Amino acid sequence: MNSATVRNLLVRGMLAGLAAGVLALVVAYFLGEPAVDKAIGFEEAHSHEHEMEVVSRSLQSTAGLATGVLVYGVAFGGIAALAFCFALGRVGRFSPRATALLLSGCALVAVYVVPFLKYPANPPSVGSPDTIGKRTTLYFLMMLLSVLLAVAATLLGKRLAPRLGTWWATVGAVAAFVVVVALAYRFLPVVNEVPKDFPATLLWRFRLSALAVQSVLWGGFGLVFGELAERLLNPKPAEAASGRAVPAAH
Amino acid sequence: MAQTVAQPTATTPVVPAKLPLKAIAPWAVFFGILMLVLLYFVGAEQGATSVFNGTDVHEWVHDARHLLGFPCH
Repeated sequence: MNSATVRNLLVRGMLAGLAAGVLALVVAYFLGEPAVDKAIGFEEAHSHEHEMEVVSRSLQSTAGLATGVLVYGVAFGGIAALAFCFALGRVGRFSPRATALLLSGCALVAVYVVPFLKYPANPPSVGSPDTIGKRTTLYFLMMLLSVLLAVAATLLGKRLAPRLGTWWATVGAVAAFVVVVALAYRFLPVVNEVPKDFPATLLWRFRLSALAVQSVLWGGFGLVFGELAERLLNPKPAEAASGRAVPAAH
Repeated sequence: MAQTVAQPTATTPVVPAKLPLKAIAPWAVFFGILMLVLLYFVGAEQGATSVFNGTDVHEWVHDARHLLGFPCH
């Protein structure tokens, strides 16, 4: 039974990731693509060599974008569902739905926001091709470090809870996470490869839209997966809801 | 198998039943790796490192890579 539950949750996680990916794709297309196009315009105006187009811009901004965002959604949906299986009933007194949303919020911070604040997303024409190896290593390192630290902070919080109570244990664990992340920010190398005359507003708009894509992806995932998990693990929600629906008269 | 599924009663269960680690581990290992491979192809293939020659994968997911925050080029 339990192995089947894990499998069912995994399948639901990947489906919820796909659904969240569709939402994120809408944001990426309407908020992100205009900034990408402007950045490519800047790149073409400032470079003399013309690269041969392997994939046309119209394909990159539609089918290509969709492939990337949806695969990303499915992959992280699967990983998050597996993390949910570990977290359920172990992190605290949370229902499946609340566990899912809490997990998504933490994943947004650990997987994206923490690496983003040190190594933010860059539009085309920002970043020298010569340093791609170094930048990729640093980005994935920051992501891995942040996820491991979030897991460690959760375990620390569990350890502290019996002595400090849930509230102060949580505050302490979050504070420890912030301090270690700040140290990592301080000691990991700085990357700044923004061309001198690149428009600041365009960079800001691109980075905000990249953040919006991830917020919608993880927010959507938390809500959709939470609902699916709740229905799987606590069936008959209709009865339970009608039993509690008394204050609706107000 | 001997374990029975917790029956939802009129009062909702306070803490959901834990899933045993032994049941999670095989799924986590196989699917965890599979998902990471997918993320690698979206985020890094034909950028810093390449499994396949050429730039087709890179060019196809180019916009997604930028907007998802991965270093692209």
